[in-house]
Amino acid sequence: MSWLTKFLTSSIGRKLIMSLTGLFLVLFLIVHLAGNLQLLINDQGATFNAYAYTMTHNPLIKFIAYGNYFFILLHAVQGILLAIKNRQAKGSKYAVSTNKTASWASKNMALLGILIFAFLCIHMGDFWFKMKFTDIPMVAVEGLDYKVANLYSKVEASFAQWWIVLIYLIGLLALAYHLQHGFQSAFQTLGLNHKKYTPLIHSLGRIFSIVLPLGYAIIPILYLGNSMGWWTWFG
Amino acid sequence: MKLTLKVWRQDNTQDKGRFETHQVVANEHMSFLEMMDVLNESLIAEKKVPVAFEHDCREGICGTCNMVINGRPHGPQKGTTVCQLHMRAFKDGDTIVIEPWRATAFPVIKDLVVDRSAFDRIIEAGGYISVNTGQAQDANAIPIEKDLSSQAFDAATCIGCGACVAACPNGSAMLFTSAKVAHLGLLPQGKVESSKRVQSMVSQMDEEGFGLCSNTGACEAECPKEISIVNIAMLNREYMSSVLGSKVTV
Ligand code: HEM
Ligand code: SF4
Ligand code: FES
Repeated sequence: MSWLTKFLTSSIGRKLIMSLTGLFLVLFLIVHLAGNLQLLINDQGATFNAYAYTMTHNPLIKFIAYGNYFFILLHAVQGILLAIKNRQAKGSKYAVSTNKTASWASKNMALLGILIFAFLCIHMGDFWFKMKFTDIPMVAVEGLDYKVANLYSKVEASFAQWWIVLIYLIGLLALAYHLQHGFQSAFQTLGLNHKKYTPLIHSLGRIFSIVLPLGYAIIPILYLGNSMGWWTWFG
Repeated sequence: MKLTLKVWRQDNTQDKGRFETHQVVANEHMSFLEMMDVLNESLIAEKKVPVAFEHDCREGICGTCNMVINGRPHGPQKGTTVCQLHMRAFKDGDTIVIEPWRATAFPVIKDLVVDRSAFDRIIEAGGYISVNTGQAQDANAIPIEKDLSSQAFDAATCIGCGACVAACPNGSAMLFTSAKVAHLGLLPQGKVESSKRVQSMVSQMDEEGFGLCSNTGACEAECPKEISIVNIAMLNREYMSSVLGSKVTV
């Protein structure tokens, strides 16, 4: 075995892959949220549609997007394999359960990951797949000399269904717990545990684990309420 | 005090094992192991097979007195081994469930005794300093920063009991291995070989079939010597820098 294969298949090497891909996904989550919050602008989706057009047509962004798909798959496959390996390494269970000291999230990262993955499949099927492979009506946007797909109206239609919104909220709750343990864990895996910085990393992790899912959750909730007439966000 | 014990009995590694219930009269000044001795004496008097459990120093330094008591390795007290646990930690009428360490790399030999030779093989892979020691040097011949020596000393208090593996939901041996790597690698005498040591020890640890570290922190919470997972971060760092940054391949 070459030194590199040995490294990447060693216990620490495999965790390094989890950590780096996980942190990349956190970065992605931040950028994706910033983009999606444009859905809250009250302009019949003009800003958002133009943004979505750029995201699907810029070659650099396309390249990063494919990298992103690859990292999610790598993270998910590796995560499941680790969970199986760890279950085998533990073998039998205690009659009286131990580790009340370890957080629930830290012991259920694979379960949370599978929930996130299931959500991602539904999410991609609903928007990305339809955007790519079905005809979404085109609209003109002020200031652009070409027409763009009206993804906004697709979002509006999806988020008018309460069960889709519910699936989103479940996915986001799983993400919240995944990040609650995952963010700080990734730094420990990288070997970064320091008296001065670790408390900051823990706080940042807690903030991310609340703010990111909450930021995402606001969008479907506002849309659902709007379509149900609970409130009027869009005039 | 009257106690009901539910003790794990297993004749050998292949045996499926089962719980056996016994009544014991103990007093609160006894150590947990002395209470187990009382149980065994009564079993012997009844011509039954005594419960096999390991013990040696009975003062918290050998790391053999290993049992999971009511779901916690080394019992309910923080920072102590089973031999340092006293019956005053329990109440009259309590039911106490006693199980062996559970991890695939620590197969049960009999009852509460598990085979921890995987730890020995990790040590053999690099947990030493290969120089001829000769006579002990003058203590002040090699200056060592106080912070470093304290950190190394804290890591060196690991007694190799395996409670970290027992507590870990993944059966991972990272806390033990990291304690050894930190203890030796932080001191000038051990630093010389640290690149090779960390790769050899991690490689052996993986071969033994221990799980991977999910950073749950269950190990440090149950370690009788309160070894910190800061050592695991250091192990990760040392391992990566050795593989990626040194010429050593193992
Ligand atoms: C956008 C979504 C996701 C983000 C931001 C994310 C982030 C992270 C981070 C930062 C870690 C910590 C890595 C470490 O401990 O070093 C982690 C661990 C983990 N992730 Fe994810 N993850 C995501 C999706 C998934 C998916 C889809 C799965 C599986 C189907 C998954 C399974 C796991 C598992 C099993 C671990 C624990 C590995 C271990 O410590 O043993 N994750 N994740
Ligand atoms: S690190 Fe702690 S729990 Fe693990 S073997 Fe050493 S003393 Fe025992
Ligand atoms: S008998 Fe030696 S540590 Fe308990």
